[in-house]
Amino acid sequence: MGAVTDSVKGFGVTFSHLFRKVVTTDYPFEQPKTAPRYHGRHILNRHPDGLEKCIGCELCAWACPADAIYVQGGDNTDEQRFSPGERYASVYQINYARCIFCGLCIEACPTRSLTMSNEYELARDNRRDLIFTKEQLLAPLLPGMEHPPHPMRLGDSEKDYYVGALTNPGTSAGAERAPWSQQHTADGSGSAGELS
Amino acid sequence: MGIEEKLPSGVLLTTVERLVNWSRKSSTWGATFGLACCAIEMMAAGAPHYDLGRWGMEVFRASPRQADLMIVAGRVSQKMAPVLRQIYDQMSEPKWVLSMGVCASSGGMFNNYAIVQGVDHVVPVDMYLPGCPPRPEMLIDAILKLREKILYQPLGAGGRRMLEARAAAGKLPAVAPGAMPSSYRSDKAKRVEWEQAVKEGREEQLRIEKWMEAQRHLQGGGRW
Repeated sequence: MGAVTDSVKGFGVTFSHLFRKVVTTDYPFEQPKTAPRYHGRHILNRHPDGLEKCIGCELCAWACPADAIYVQGGDNTDEQRFSPGERYASVYQINYARCIFCGLCIEACPTRSLTMSNEYELARDNRRDLIFTKEQLLAPLLPGMEHPPHPMRLGDSEKDYYVGALTNPGTSAGAERAPWSQQHTADGSGSAGELS
Repeated sequence: MGIEEKLPSGVLLTTVERLVNWSRKSSTWGATFGLACCAIEMMAAGAPHYDLGRWGMEVFRASPRQADLMIVAGRVSQKMAPVLRQIYDQMSEPKWVLSMGVCASSGGMFNNYAIVQGVDHVVPVDMYLPGCPPRPEMLIDAILKLREKILYQPLGAGGRRMLEARAAAGKLPAVAPGAMPSSYRSDKAKRVEWEQAVKEGREEQLRIEKWMEAQRHLQGGGRW
């Protein structure tokens, strides 16, 4: 008797699984939300007027344990200004075939120029395409931004940029000026472009 | 790759090519080549939560004779390299290699004497997948890109000639097969946007823009 019920019991367990909720995610059609601080593809941020935040100090390259970042600094002049202050990154490359997404570069960055997004679909079919250049890493120009080189619009010296940076958002891609940030003010007080 | 190499060119038409490639890309069985932590993510991708069985490849063959796709998951040491090559040689044609994770792709953070600096020194690689380790979605994305590449790969010498002729005439699509992220490819509206962005050369900016739009903390003046 026991032997018969026990053998049927086993099928019962299998059968009951038919009515359980499916746990499989529908990945390419429905992208699951990552953790908010998931370490993904990098972004090189801009100041709200479009100037680059990167000052070409190479601290990210020094911090990188995998030697994935290559930075070459260049001097800003009054005619050719890419970032507030003395220097900018004339060449900036991240080799995603080496990058381990540890985030040490983000911690090292003194101007919060380099941050990470949650993007992760990075597979390519050759190693050359995995080296992201500055053009690919730079944040897009949002409304109110101007393509550098151009003179400093938000103050007389770089100090005006950095002192105001405390009120900048964490992923400060100048996103406070973005069209989508205007529509949904959570408490009404968060007006756009507080910096200027 | 096989019999099609011996056929005269022009016999195999594009539709036949597409049919053969369709049958090849469907249900590519993987050879287990888990070498390190990436293998854990590879197993996770095969498990029910991500379920590679949706593309008919939940089965990882321990025998290379039954495998089409070698997923090199993890760092390849100098000692493992000849083994890797032998497994690859034992796989039957057509076969593909996916190098999973930065260690397999380029040596990653292990730039030292013990690790092969990229598995492409040993075997030809069809898809490089960065990440340390890549999450299962990244692996699925790489596999889908590889499947798309297989679907459009030329068949035999004649197919290659036809492809070259198309490239010379400038009739190739703007987005190369296997270059579009899977979440964009599977969504019609996003796909059109991506194709447009590639023509303007700003597809990476589009990606950042899309991401920023989805971030709650960037809305309302950048405060939570």
